[in-house]
This record gives sequence, structure tokens and C-alpha cells, in this order.
Amino acid sequence: MERREFLKKCVMVIAGASVPLSALTLIDPKKVLAANPDIQWAFLVDTTKCVGCGFCVKACKTENDIPFDAHVSRTWVERYVYTKDDRRYVDSPNAALYGFTESRIDLGRGEFKEIDPKNVGKAFFVPKLCNHCSSPACTQVCPVGATYKTDDGVVLVDRTWCIGCGYCIMACPYAARFFHPVLHVADKCTFCYHRLSKGLDSACVNACPFGARKMGNIHDIDDPITKIIMNERVGVLKDEFGTKPQAFYIGLAQEVR
Amino acid sequence: MKSHVWRPLYVVIAFVVALLVFRFFYVPNDFGSGKRGFMYSFHRKSNVMEWKNQPAKYGTSGRERMHEYCSACHGAIVKLRSEKLHGIIPCEDCHGPAKNHPEDPEKLSIDRSRELCLRCHTDLPYTTSERKRIPGINPKTHNTGLECVKCHNPHNPSLEGMK
Repeated sequence: MERREFLKKCVMVIAGASVPLSALTLIDPKKVLAANPDIQWAFLVDTTKCVGCGFCVKACKTENDIPFDAHVSRTWVERYVYTKDDRRYVDSPNAALYGFTESRIDLGRGEFKEIDPKNVGKAFFVPKLCNHCSSPACTQVCPVGATYKTDDGVVLVDRTWCIGCGYCIMACPYAARFFHPVLHVADKCTFCYHRLSKGLDSACVNACPFGARKMGNIHDIDDPITKIIMNERVGVLKDEFGTKPQAFYIGLAQEVR
Repeated sequence: MKSHVWRPLYVVIAFVVALLVFRFFYVPNDFGSGKRGFMYSFHRKSNVMEWKNQPAKYGTSGRERMHEYCSACHGAIVKLRSEKLHGIIPCEDCHGPAKNHPEDPEKLSIDRSRELCLRCHTDLPYTTSERKRIPGINPKTHNTGLECVKCHNPHNPSLEGMK
């Protein structure tokens, strides 16, 4: 064998050996999905579209029988107002059940703050609800096994089994849980599980005239909501808590937590 | 062993047995954890179906499908709605939940209050918000005490067609 030929063959063998066998098989995304075909519900909030009308809160309370006059709600809308002299105000009067019909800020305890319209820098509305976390702190702390995460990713409360101790209400970093004033058990957003399983949208998604609230299956890459979450700049609330929230927000500000 | 050791031990054993018997009857036998494991989903499995079987109140989802459903009987009114203005609002937002209408409820309770309109049409000084695109009024000076629907047509709110 000539020297030139020997070197040529050596290079070929080394190049061939360095390609692992697995790199030659093409990965079919459909096959990967088929291995994990289940549903994982996720929520998408477009804060840039919200006008704070509160129809979502009204629909939620009606659909899920939460008393209107009780100061608890499964979902709520927050108003953020930044003034030009660098002050920030947040409020959510009555969980925005009746929308925002006054420009003054509700500071709580019956106090209000009127802001000069010329001083308003920017302002926006942020709808909030249970994040249905992948690692929910609330289900971990339940001493009786009354709250749990379903296989399709929704965190539910077993109303017949809950003893109303309130651990989960304390554990939720998003304050999404509350004590049901009539049933005396912990209560929270269920993503309208009874509606989802009937093929309907959740009550709040259904009620939003502006398309600020959407829901989809993030295990389905053809789902329009999944596409937005994958392709656009979305954020989650309190990422540092490690709960892996499944409610994604478009247009988050640093102050929104 | 002497009886002074056995006697309290009997009490303890009896207590443990009683506890196990109580647990056997009290804890539902479908208690278990889903595929997410013990930490996040230790629960009574039949509860999932209980939640699924709750009755729904609001009807067909999606604005278009709702218009379709309502126009089967109320076609003239649905046609009147201008797509760009109030056409974006689902019927049930003002007319109330109508899943099993016209059987139950037979008649919907329409919210004609001023407060309902003010949810969107209160003028707020937020130039950067989407809210500013919606025409707004000051509720304290704009025809106080009158229902908005006395002058404005909620289905076609364009000011040209005002009553």
C-alpha cells in the first residue's frame, strides 16, 4: 500500500468511526409526541389586550358558584399604574368583579389615592388565576391528601375530603387559593375542569371579549396556544419559587409578580 | 416477662389495631397517586370524575360559535351586531349564562345596568393601555342616573344610529 493511500484510508476510518450510530437515525417529532400523547392544560394571558372590564371574574363567579359579595375570587384582575414621578400603584377593587370604573387607586382599608391624569406614566391590567404549577407547593402540604394534580395537569381540591386547615392557602405563593365561605373548604381555580371535559372553554376564556385569556394543550405542538408559548416572548410569575407555573404571560413587567 | 410490662403493651397493641381497623373502613379504597407520584397527587381518584360531572352554566365556547348558536332563534338581533364594535362581546356577558336555554333557564335575565357598560366605557387616563382605544365617558357627569340603553343601542352602538 502506498503511503498516500494509507493516509487517505486512515482519515476515512476515523471520520466514519466518529459518527455515532444514533446520529444517523432521523428523529420523528410525531413519534416523540406519540410516546407522550396526554393532555397538559396551560393558560396564556395576553396582558397587552386586557382592558380591565372584569367580565372574566363575573363569569367565573357565576359558573363556579362563588358568592358575589364575598371578598374571595378564583380569578382577579390587577391594575398597575406608574406615575411620572416614579411611584407605582397596584389595586384590584373587589377582585375587579365590577371592572375598574374609577380612576382613583384603592389602597385598602377604605383609603383611596387620586392620581393626577397628567402624572400617569403608564398603566395596564393583568388578569391572574391559579397557575396550575407543575410542582405545586399547595398539594405537597396537604395533610389529608385532599388536593392533588391530575394527570392532565390541573390542580384540584377534593371537597368531600378537605378538612379546611388552610395549609394550602398559606403555601400558595400566588395567593390563588381561598377559604370557600359557604362550603368551608379550600377553593381555587379548576381551569373549569367540568367545562374542559365537555369540550368547552373555561368560563373566563369564554367571557373575554378581547382574547386576553386563552387555554391550550402544551403537549400538542400544533395547538395555537402552544405555538405562541414556544415562539413568542412569554414569562411566568415568581419563577424563582421553582413551582414551574403553567400560566404564561405576554407583556409582563418587572413589578408584576 | 412480668405482667406490669405486658399490661401497658396490650393497651398499645390494642390502640394500634383499633387505628388500623378504623383506617381500613374510613379511607376510601380508591385512594392512591397518579402518574405524578405521591408528592403531588395523593388523592381519592373518583374525585376527578366528580369534578368532570359538575354541570356547566355558560354555553357554547368561542364568540363565533356563540353567535351561531344564538342566531338560530335570535337571528335578527345577532345580525345587527357590528363585528368591529360590540360584535366582539360574547352574548352571555350581558344576557347571562345560557347553556340549556331555552329549557333552563326559560328566560335570561339581561343586565341592562349602567354599571355593566361602565366596565369598559369609564374614561380612565391610561394612554398606554388598550383601554384608551375604547370611547369613554365620565360617569359622574354623563347623564347621571339614566340607563345607557335609553339612548344607545347595545347591539349596534355606533353613534350614527342613535335613538
